Amino acid sequence: MSLVEVEDLTVRLDDGGGIVEGIRLAIEPGRVMGLVGESGSGKSTVGLALLGYTRRGARIAGGRVCIGGTELLGLPPSALRARGEVVAYVPQDPSTALNPRLSIRTQLLEALVSARGRPRGEEALSRARELLADVGLPTDGPFLRRRPHELSGGQQQRVAIAMALMCRPRLIVLDEPTTGLDVSTQAKVLALVRRHCSGGETSAVYVSHDLAVVAEVADELTVMYGGRVLEQGTATAVLRTPAHPYTRALLDAVPSVRHRLRLRAIDGAAPPPGAAPGGCVFAPRCPHTIAACLAAEPEQSELAPGHLARCLRVREVSAAPRVHVARVPDPPQAEGEPLLSVRELDAFYGGRQVLFGVSMQLRAGECVAVVGESGSGKTTMSKCLAGLHEECSAEVLLDGRPLPLPASRRDRQQRRTLQYVFQNPYASLNPRRTVGDSLAVPLAHFFDMRGASARARVAEVLERVGLPGGLAHRYPAELSGGQRQRVAIARGLLCSPGVLVCDEVTSALDVSVQAAVIELLRGLLREGLGMVFVTHDLAVVRSIADRAIVLKQGRVVEEGRVASVLQAPSHPYTRALLADTAELQGRETRGATSGVPAVQPVS
Amino acid sequence: MSTTAVPTVMAPGAVRGMRRYLRSPQLRLGCALLVVAVAVAVLGPFLTPFDPSVSIGPAYAPPGSDGMALGGDQIGRDVLSRVLAGGVHLLWMAPLAALSSVAAGAALGLTAAFHGGIADVLLMRLMDVVLAFPTIVFALLFVSIIGPQPWLLVLLVAVALTPGVARVVRGTALPLMSREYVQWGRAVGLSSSRLLWREILPNVTSPLAVELGVRLMIAINILASLSFLGYGIQPPAPDWGVMVSENRNGLSSQPLSVFAPIVLIVLFAAGGNLIAEGIARVMARSEGKDER
Amino acid sequence: MQYGSWFGGLLGGDLGESLITGRPVAEAIGPRVLNSLSLAAISLAIMLPLSLVLGVAAAYLRDRAFDRGFLGLSMALNATPEFVTGTLLISLLATNVLRLVPPVSVIPPGDLPWWHPEALVLPVTTLVLGGSMYLSRLVRISYIDVLSSEYIEMARLKGLSTARVLFRHALPNALGPAIPAAMLVAAFVVGGVVVVETLYGYPGMGSAVVDAARDRDVPKLQALIMLIAAIYFVLNLVADLIPGRQRVRRGRG
Repeated sequence: MSLVEVEDLTVRLDDGGGIVEGIRLAIEPGRVMGLVGESGSGKSTVGLALLGYTRRGARIAGGRVCIGGTELLGLPPSALRARGEVVAYVPQDPSTALNPRLSIRTQLLEALVSARGRPRGEEALSRARELLADVGLPTDGPFLRRRPHELSGGQQQRVAIAMALMCRPRLIVLDEPTTGLDVSTQAKVLALVRRHCSGGETSAVYVSHDLAVVAEVADELTVMYGGRVLEQGTATAVLRTPAHPYTRALLDAVPSVRHRLRLRAIDGAAPPPGAAPGGCVFAPRCPHTIAACLAAEPEQSELAPGHLARCLRVREVSAAPRVHVARVPDPPQAEGEPLLSVRELDAFYGGRQVLFGVSMQLRAGECVAVVGESGSGKTTMSKCLAGLHEECSAEVLLDGRPLPLPASRRDRQQRRTLQYVFQNPYASLNPRRTVGDSLAVPLAHFFDMRGASARARVAEVLERVGLPGGLAHRYPAELSGGQRQRVAIARGLLCSPGVLVCDEVTSALDVSVQAAVIELLRGLLREGLGMVFVTHDLAVVRSIADRAIVLKQGRVVEEGRVASVLQAPSHPYTRALLADTAELQGRETRGATSGVPAVQPVS
Repeated sequence: MSTTAVPTVMAPGAVRGMRRYLRSPQLRLGCALLVVAVAVAVLGPFLTPFDPSVSIGPAYAPPGSDGMALGGDQIGRDVLSRVLAGGVHLLWMAPLAALSSVAAGAALGLTAAFHGGIADVLLMRLMDVVLAFPTIVFALLFVSIIGPQPWLLVLLVAVALTPGVARVVRGTALPLMSREYVQWGRAVGLSSSRLLWREILPNVTSPLAVELGVRLMIAINILASLSFLGYGIQPPAPDWGVMVSENRNGLSSQPLSVFAPIVLIVLFAAGGNLIAEGIARVMARSEGKDER
Repeated sequence: MQYGSWFGGLLGGDLGESLITGRPVAEAIGPRVLNSLSLAAISLAIMLPLSLVLGVAAAYLRDRAFDRGFLGLSMALNATPEFVTGTLLISLLATNVLRLVPPVSVIPPGDLPWWHPEALVLPVTTLVLGGSMYLSRLVRISYIDVLSSEYIEMARLKGLSTARVLFRHALPNALGPAIPAAMLVAAFVVGGVVVVETLYGYPGMGSAVVDAARDRDVPKLQALIMLIAAIYFVLNLVADLIPGRQRVRRGRG
């Protein structure tokens, strides 16, 4: 009997719509199960259900969850509360999951409420100290008395992990615990999880949308989509020989640090939770669909012992030759006069200096990536370029003419030429105006174009970014994150810009949607647009940028062509970043070799 | 590389526009009550069975005597007629005060949020000072100096209500200033007035509608209370607040003379409040789906 | 000029002489201030805990029968002016339905208000009804907001009991926004006192204001208004200061 057995788990909304159906899992002691899926797949719901918990508005409608011999779903509420020894949860965002008004000590100690024997006083405190040391945090009194907001994000997450481990549970469920953390912290957290489970006592479920990260930590993989499990097996099997069309498509969309890949997006959109398509959940978007796929939901087929996929055509799909992801040659050095030239950019935030003499140059058709972790100043830099940051000074030339830094002092032409796309797709559009109305604004403002001609142009640009023209009549709330991001890009394009400054525009998007946006941006580059791309994700840098500058605490520590920066970095910081970045191993790629000879990355 | 034609609907069932408001039970009830109260106030004066200022029978005549359906008041005038005629003042004064306060409050709140800095601090301090003083005492002071002029009453109430609206508007508008679409507008060089009117104001209209309902209710409260105290509409004019004050002593013998005006005050105030509640609920339901 | 000397006198405790009676104003309003403050204190002592309990209960039992009933009732009470609820209460408890308490609150001059509890019942009830409905709604909203936050979910997932979650975890966070409101209500109680006192004939500051205004007794009126303003000012100051101490600064992640 496995340590964790889940059978036929079903969670439904209060009004009847299904969120997840028929989930089956089995985890052995000491193993880490990666639960992978994009937004709306139901992975977080399953994670919470493993604790017998659902969010407001949903309830567990059926199935069983058995951990270490304890059947969780049948327990009365009081017994369920004492589950700390059986299963514990590590939340996604520790800054909101820890009570801002209570000390760490209080929050750690109260986790012991379900431990056997209810250790108190000195015993409880020493257990807390033990765990804090385990996760690499100080154990002294002053530290314990701190409140969550006095810690960094990485420290908060480690406290959350320590909190989960207080009762020595058999299973810990980690829900995207490293989203929003720097890669170095992320690497440490992953190492911590692996170490803890390798002892053989505890198992873990690691929920994530990031395949590369999951690949580094998981022994088993479960791929979810539309509330169903589509594929299950060992991590090696699923990643090297993916059987389900969705898994294959997902793998084709993951960017790589080592090679510049042609990323393939998945056509269509994921079904929202609660919708019941009838038949296979993935069928509407699957390239291998036949009539039978739409008629009824397929059962899990066993491809090899332990490797299951929910697809009618599993044999044909695995037998078909894998169209390998193509490597794209690294672009040649761009020629010509720089479009944008920045020299000695200094920026301040409330009197404190955050950027020190940053310089860069951008040519037409070129993409320069600005890479850095949180606190590096990369967002401040993009805001300065956009004219939205007040306290900065630099010599900037746009199209050969000096560009004043504050937007209010730029002339019309300059404001039009340099366009900015934001990170957060949910706040980039006015929720009270239709997409068409928001898009018409730059046309009226810059070109005095209104009415029918404006509408036609809007439709044209929507097509260009890969959206149907009919979207102009919709409100932003009706669009997905990826669509909103494309509308934001369209808004920039409508100004007929020369330079597009993109600030972490793909960070909030699912992998397959990110792939689509990256390909869109690559297309725009080929048409001659210049781009400054700010990001922390090295794989995305590899996929889209020609040159890169690496920022550390406001200073440029490395710059050059992407191929050399990422394959043979000279600065230790860059090397550390590369070493900590998760890379999806085991993918076979085919295509042109890069211009720079391949060198093994320093690990 | 184009996506298929079906966009993912992130807010299933989000019915845009006025229709979703009409579904709210609170809103419907509120409107119904308000309509009744307004109807009485508007049409009442034309439907009075007797002249509201003429004594028909003895003091506190019981209901039914001398043809007075609801009885007589403390000097024998027909309660029903006085109630029907008694809403006129409240009918125009309360909504006028409420509307003025909402308009002024919105202007002040938006200015404070938009310009920030000194303007914000000064305006909000001013609002705090006005808010800090109890309205009724404030009104008593001025009325005792100037006299119970209707325009003064409306002005006083409007001034007293404005800071509340300004605070709410500022509170809604302030976070919007750092929203990306507003920042984009600034970067691109859209004019301030354009930004305020076309981008920010539409996001503020829902809370404003709620405030209108709330302020209407408060305006009714204050005006009726002032009449009750003798500092609003003066006797012998028929007015609901005045009637409650006049007929208090007859509460044990002729309760209807007091209850009839009370019912109408409550209808009017509750109507405004329910409308505000209804709008607020619809807002809360749909707003929860807009942001992730 | 006039105000200057008046201010000077004020600081010295001399509030001038009443235009009507010729007696020192301080003498006349002193006892009335005491009466009003006692009324306010008693009302607040009942109102604050009551609002807390009602608000927390309504938030916890959100959308169930209790909550719906609470919302309906509080809305109705909120909408009605104090003189209306007061009159209804008089009718209910004093004149028409039951005859438990006198309809008019007579406190003979020279007596302390709490020597006549039956005279206090109606005014206190009216004030409590008006203020607690407003305050408990605020507590409810604040609590609902806090209860839906991630750290409360985390506390539940840790297996903490409901009581601990509600009070140890939620309360400190929910009270923050509610405290300035409580101050506002305290101020309201002091101010709403005008209508309530007039309605019941209670000899306090509020009715004194009405009388002074009617009699055009300027020194008395000025003194009363200054006093009321001072009370409001102090309460608002307290309201501003308390959240300042408790404000949690968001650290950088």
